[in-house]
Amino acid sequence: MNALNRRDVVASLLERRDGLLVVAGLGAPAWDCTAAGDHPLTFPLWGAMGSACMIGLGLALAQPKRRVLVVTGDGEILMGLGSLATIGAQRPGNLSVVVLDNERYGETGMQKTHTAYGIDLAGVACACGFADSRLVRTNAGIAAVRSGVYRGRGPLFFQIKIRPDALPLVLPPRDGAHLKHRFREALLGEKAAAQ
Amino acid sequence: MPRKTSKTHSADAIDWPAAIHSALKSQRVRQVSYVPDAGHKRLIELCHADKGMTAVPLTTEEEGIGLAAGAWLGGERAALLMQSSGVGNCANVLTLAATCGFPLLMLVTMRGETGERNPWQVPMGQATPEALRLAGVCTLRLERAEDASAVANTAAKVAFEEQSAVALLISQQLIGVKSFEEKR
Repeated sequence: MNALNRRDVVASLLERRDGLLVVAGLGAPAWDCTAAGDHPLTFPLWGAMGSACMIGLGLALAQPKRRVLVVTGDGEILMGLGSLATIGAQRPGNLSVVVLDNERYGETGMQKTHTAYGIDLAGVACACGFADSRLVRTNAGIAAVRSGVYRGRGPLFFQIKIRPDALPLVLPPRDGAHLKHRFREALLGEKAAAQ
Repeated sequence: MPRKTSKTHSADAIDWPAAIHSALKSQRVRQVSYVPDAGHKRLIELCHADKGMTAVPLTTEEEGIGLAAGAWLGGERAALLMQSSGVGNCANVLTLAATCGFPLLMLVTMRGETGERNPWQVPMGQATPEALRLAGVCTLRLERAEDASAVANTAAKVAFEEQSAVALLISQQLIGVKSFEEKR
């Protein structure tokens, strides 16, 4: 068992994040991103399960000069597997998807997800036309993930095996309108965000 | 679910899909996502042909709600095209519009109305306006081709200027009815 610590992985990906735009899937990935530092250019989800990748796609198409990262969980992405096909049809070069895969629904009692039964998410992304799709199990692999997220030609997909730890909650703001406004203001400026 | 219709247009018929496309352009809509419907066939083609728009085919309708939210975060406006059966796929993801106040412009071609030949389309078609209302989506109706420009512009303004969720329901009477008699 050499699976990684999820908070360490996310902290590595988000340190010195420059202009990176982040969408965090509901549950632990949103807490992980918040633990790495609450940031106006992170949009954490508290609901709309299965939508993280599509929000990332809309953002990546709207902001082709910025790097966009979706950080989500295996359960969340399983609810929106079709979105991988939709991303594959668009092939945005600036979009990366990182799945923190603990093979569990961590917020609901650690029930097994399909990845625990051998379903190959990285294989699905590969079949959907992602430019690169990898399964990552070691710390040594995280440097390549970081390199891809900040400089790689997307769309990129990284399925990172993490330990099914129950870690302390680190919660982002809950007010969706506030999360939306602060993101737009930080990205577009105060004037544009008001329009 | 894609379908075909038997409706034929007379030469002087108003090109209402082109009027909707013009309205989307004038409202600066840049991302147009869709699950196909025969009633949206021409509008989908116009959006694909438009270099100022990105047309995004979806595997299921609720994907378009996430896409529209992401577009708005990135400073762009989006529209989502579907038929009424697709409204049933959207329920939980409409949370994004309801809790965050994301603008959402849905253009919904209606099934299960006057002349419907497929009884399986009736329950969701009949439930569509109420289902949208329960999810917090404002509904507008397009019944006549000559109203397309005005109604589409109104729907877009309500969505983007008031940052709310709007569905423009396009009547089956306007689109035509699938006959199930044409050759494959």
